[in-house]
Parts: sequence; C-alpha cells; structure tokens
Amino acid sequence: MSRWDGVDFGGIDCREFAELVTDYLEDRLDGLTRACFEQHLRACPGCDTYLDQIRESRRVLGRVVLDTISADARGQLLAAFRTWRSGRSGGSGSG
Amino acid sequence: MSTTDDELIDALRAGDERAFVDLVDRYSPAMLSVARTHVANREVAEDVVQDTWLALLKGIDGFEGRASLRTWLFRVLVNIAKTRGVREKRSTPVDLAATDGHPAVSANRFQSAGDRWPGHWVRFPERWTESPERSLLSVEALDLVRRELARLPEQQGLVVSMRDVEGYDSVEVCALLQLSAANQRVLLHRGRTRIREALAGYFEAVS
Repeated sequence: MSRWDGVDFGGIDCREFAELVTDYLEDRLDGLTRACFEQHLRACPGCDTYLDQIRESRRVLGRVVLDTISADARGQLLAAFRTWRSGRSGGSGSG
Repeated sequence: MSTTDDELIDALRAGDERAFVDLVDRYSPAMLSVARTHVANREVAEDVVQDTWLALLKGIDGFEGRASLRTWLFRVLVNIAKTRGVREKRSTPVDLAATDGHPAVSANRFQSAGDRWPGHWVRFPERWTESPERSLLSVEALDLVRRELARLPEQQGLVVSMRDVEGYDSVEVCALLQLSAANQRVLLHRGRTRIREALAGYFEAVS
C-alpha cells in the first residue's frame, strides 16, 4: 500500500468522490470542491474507472427505448386526428 | 428527428398527419412514464396519454407557443391524470425519505476507520473489458439496463428515464416532475449508481 503514501487525493476519499459524481457531471460543484474532485480523479485510478463507468452507463441508457402506447391506442389517435382534420376543413372558414 | 416542435405544430395546424404521428411518437414514451406514476395501472395511463393528445388537437388554435409544447403537454397530462383518480400510494416522499443521508454506493465497498486508507476503495472497480461475450453495445447489456431501470424506485426510474434515456435537461425535468433541483439530483444519482452496479455485475460475471 505504500505506493499511495504522500499521494495528493485532493482532500477527499473515494467514498466522498463516488457521492459527488453526479454533482460533478451536472456542473453543480463549487470551484473549490470541483478542484478537489479533479485532483482526486487524477490521483486515483479506481475513481477514474468509476467515473468512466458512470459515463458508460449513461451511454447505454441513451440506447434504451422506453415503453410507449400500444399500437391500438396509436391507431385510435390517428383515427381521431382524421376526424378532427375533416371537421376543420369542413367547418371553419379560416383557411 | 431534427424537425422542431414549432415546425411540427405549424404543420399540425395545417392538417399534416405526418406531423401528428411524429409528435405522438416523440413524446408518448415519456408521457406514459409520467402518467404511470399518477394513476393505478398501465391501461389508465395509456388513456391519459391519448386524452392529452386529443386535448392538443382541440386546443391547437389557442396554442400560442408561449409555453413550450413539452411543458404544455406534460401539464395537461398531469391535470388529466388527476381527474382519473389519484393513485393511493404516491412514492415521491418515500423515495427521498428512505434514502435521506444514506450514500448511494454501499459502504462495504470502502475501507473502514481501522483500515490503512479509510474511505478509499477496498478493491478498485474493475475495468469493463470488452470481449466477444461481454460488451456495452450488446443486446444483453441493453436488456440488463432496461430491466434494472424498471426495478428502480419509481421516482428514480422516472428521473433517469427523462434525463438519460429521453435526454431532457435538468431544468426541464424539475419543472415537468415538480421536483426541486436538489431532489432531482439525488434521484438521478441513486438511479445512475444502480445502473452502473448492474453493468458492473454483468462484466464481473465473466472474469
């Protein structure tokens, strides 16, 4: 463990780092805390990996397709749209 | 996808069916997620989403774009949901209260007071090594994340869905879900932490 003696971890430990990750990514850290966070990041390979993995997780989330309304419901909406449209072109003279 | 909401609204006023379909496909997934947190079941939630779209058609001429379309849609959605009977159990306060003050990452991942480096990792998180069996781009990883997202406490899942799946920004999500900025970040943090843990389990299973 002596390889870590004298390493500047930015005055925060890994547990604190992990809890600050979202505030960091959201750009919500004050200047001092941000500097501490970034110093820790440079010094600690474990936290560097951790932050990377949060970013990777977001990338996978970005590929998720959320559940949506059923094809039936979508079809009903389309039918309602057509009724609505024919009502408009027939009724108001607002062209 | 690059067509703006304003352009779609104009096209919709002109009776363009494609514009309506685009809007429905663009916003219904997020609307359904929000509706689910307000009403008893998926069927009712789907009705609420449909009614919201019908309300847009009815109100399209009065829609002046003062509020963004999204803001309008979600406000109307929530109002309609409330008329459909408020669900018995609202999870918002529970989600936050249950997690208040507790760290998102399990304490046993870190060295304790008597150890050499208190508060530092017991073991560094293992790097996720891509292999033929394990990849972030795989269908398995995607399914795993989708399943974990569905298992998150409701408000966490909703915030992560809106932010990281649908790509809305924090200001918008706070407004749409009526969350404070701080609560939104707590929910996002806890949700993302769990999604990372699920992926870590997937990668570590092979090594």
